[in-house]
Amino acid sequence: MNTRSFLTKLGATSIAIASFTVASLISLHAADKKLTVGFAQVGAESAWRTAETESIKSEASKRGVNLKFSDAQGKQENQIKAVRAFIAQGVDAIILAPVVETGWEPVLREARRAKIPVVLVDRGIKTADESLFATLIASDFVAEGRMAAEWLAKKTGGKASIIELQGTPGAAPAIDRKKGFEAGIKAHHEMKIIASQSGDFRRSGGKEVTEALLKGSGASVTAVYAHNDDMALGAIQALEEAGKKPGTDVIVLSIDGVKGAFEAMVAAKLNCTVECNPLLGPMAFDAVEKALKGEKLPKKTVVQDRVFDSNSAAAELPNRRY
Amino acid sequence: MMNDPFARIRPWFSGASLLWPVLGLLTLLVFNAIYAPGFFRLELRDGHLYGTLVDILNQGSKVMLLAIGMTLIIATGGVDLSVGSLMAIAGAVAAVLVTQAALPFAAIVGTTLALTAIAGTANGLLVAAVGIQPIIATLILMVAGRGIAMLITDGQIITFEHAPLVFVGNGHLFALPFTVTLVLLTLGVTSLATRKTAIGLFLESVGDNEKAARYCGINTTLVKVVVYAFSGLCAGVAGLIATSNIKAADSSRVGEMMELDAIFAVVVGGTALTGGRFTLVGSIVGALLIQTLTTTMYNLGVPPAVAPVPKAIVIVAVCLLQSEKFRQQITSWFGRRQA
Repeated sequence: MNTRSFLTKLGATSIAIASFTVASLISLHAADKKLTVGFAQVGAESAWRTAETESIKSEASKRGVNLKFSDAQGKQENQIKAVRAFIAQGVDAIILAPVVETGWEPVLREARRAKIPVVLVDRGIKTADESLFATLIASDFVAEGRMAAEWLAKKTGGKASIIELQGTPGAAPAIDRKKGFEAGIKAHHEMKIIASQSGDFRRSGGKEVTEALLKGSGASVTAVYAHNDDMALGAIQALEEAGKKPGTDVIVLSIDGVKGAFEAMVAAKLNCTVECNPLLGPMAFDAVEKALKGEKLPKKTVVQDRVFDSNSAAAELPNRRY
Repeated sequence: MMNDPFARIRPWFSGASLLWPVLGLLTLLVFNAIYAPGFFRLELRDGHLYGTLVDILNQGSKVMLLAIGMTLIIATGGVDLSVGSLMAIAGAVAAVLVTQAALPFAAIVGTTLALTAIAGTANGLLVAAVGIQPIIATLILMVAGRGIAMLITDGQIITFEHAPLVFVGNGHLFALPFTVTLVLLTLGVTSLATRKTAIGLFLESVGDNEKAARYCGINTTLVKVVVYAFSGLCAGVAGLIATSNIKAADSSRVGEMMELDAIFAVVVGGTALTGGRFTLVGSIVGALLIQTLTTTMYNLGVPPAVAPVPKAIVIVAVCLLQSEKFRQQITSWFGRRQA
């Protein structure tokens, strides 16, 4: 009785061990073939962000990567929880779009201990220890502002009275796009910003501010520079209502490159938009693959943003997904 | 008479509340007349008036409408935080209907306004029937409403070129923006209803002493539900204007923080948050004060990062003047100087 029971146990144990070994061999084999990557996204607050999510999802399925997606609904604590969950699930790499700049060290240290590389997308973090992440893939807002200024200088022969529509005061894109633009027009003495007010990145803000400025300090305007497309689209309406022809009487240029901007360019009301590319999927997964191979990556990979004007808009419009 | 140079001014410091917002507004206008050339310039373009003053009326119309509804709610001792989100819902519904359904325009406006009025009724029921604090009851819809609007528009900005809807926020009537007519109509109807019938008295009694009002035979629950529904209706019209003005339903941004502007307009206008006596005209003046202040900042070229500071100073000054204690203090200073 005793012996038989012992034998049964032994048999059961060996079967269990054998099957476990086989299973782990299979899973190892599978892991060899299929990567698992966790993506901690901020949320879905704008068309731009949705486009970014779509890009990463579609790139993952294209490369046969098993993607674990988490939407933090704009909250850092949710993102930290998501990253911890990814570590616990033993993902191969993590892509993180940090909602704020600070407070990431503890959770990123946990990821480093688990030897999971972290790729940051679209926004950076503030940390003394740069080894906590593999690389940051983002647009350079200063460069976007400068590209806009250079395009305007070329278009107007270095002569313009500009109304600037700023983004939300204190927001990184607003600060940097202003800085870049100011640097870009510095060399041209006849390019002046005659009025600069915040339209809060809103369509209604762009319209209200332009409407007011056109009757005051901005009456002699020849160009409107907006920190995002939405404000430019609002400004276009205000210009039309003031009896000016946006696109011809007054040059209008902005940043982001959303679909609405391309439609306005095709209608010859917007002159130029500098793209702020949300389609970071391919670059993010390139970085993940390199990091997993142990290649050294630069700490910042700048996304190449392109300038579109009314000449190139019609050809690009069908490709716009956001 | 000659001994008391302040005799004419003194009653102002202890008298009617409407005086202070009006004085604040006039001061701002005088300031603009001096520092912003062209502020008062008006010209006729395409048969309608064109100028900064017209812009103030047009852009201020949204807060004026919200303030009319808000005044009645505050008179009953409540508050409505959901109006900004209701504007987003109204814009979303109207934009989706004009782009996707072939309905007559009246039906579209009717559906939109009915929906926001129903949402307002829900607020009113939470407050009056369930007994939740107004600030919490309406906070629910303030948070959820924007989400609902995003759901309706699928998180996208919906643009439209529907002529009748575009007219609401951009059209002109009697040489003035159509929005002015909308505000005047709403103000007129509300004033008549509250001053020529007993409704105004009901509102004030509920705000002053709800229990006493109920013992007098007033259906306080009904009164409250009706004012919240009416505020929802006003928010709906404001939402239509905001959406029409930019020819797009921007669910995530339209009406953002506007509930606070409306409450501010009401309080500066002379209606106390504690309920009771209310003045509709005061609220309109308060709304104009906010809009003029914003436009003044643009005109003076105040950097946007700094602009909240001078705005806050003006607001504090007007609120101080509204305070009876503060005015008594000033009056006593004047009194002492004469003696």
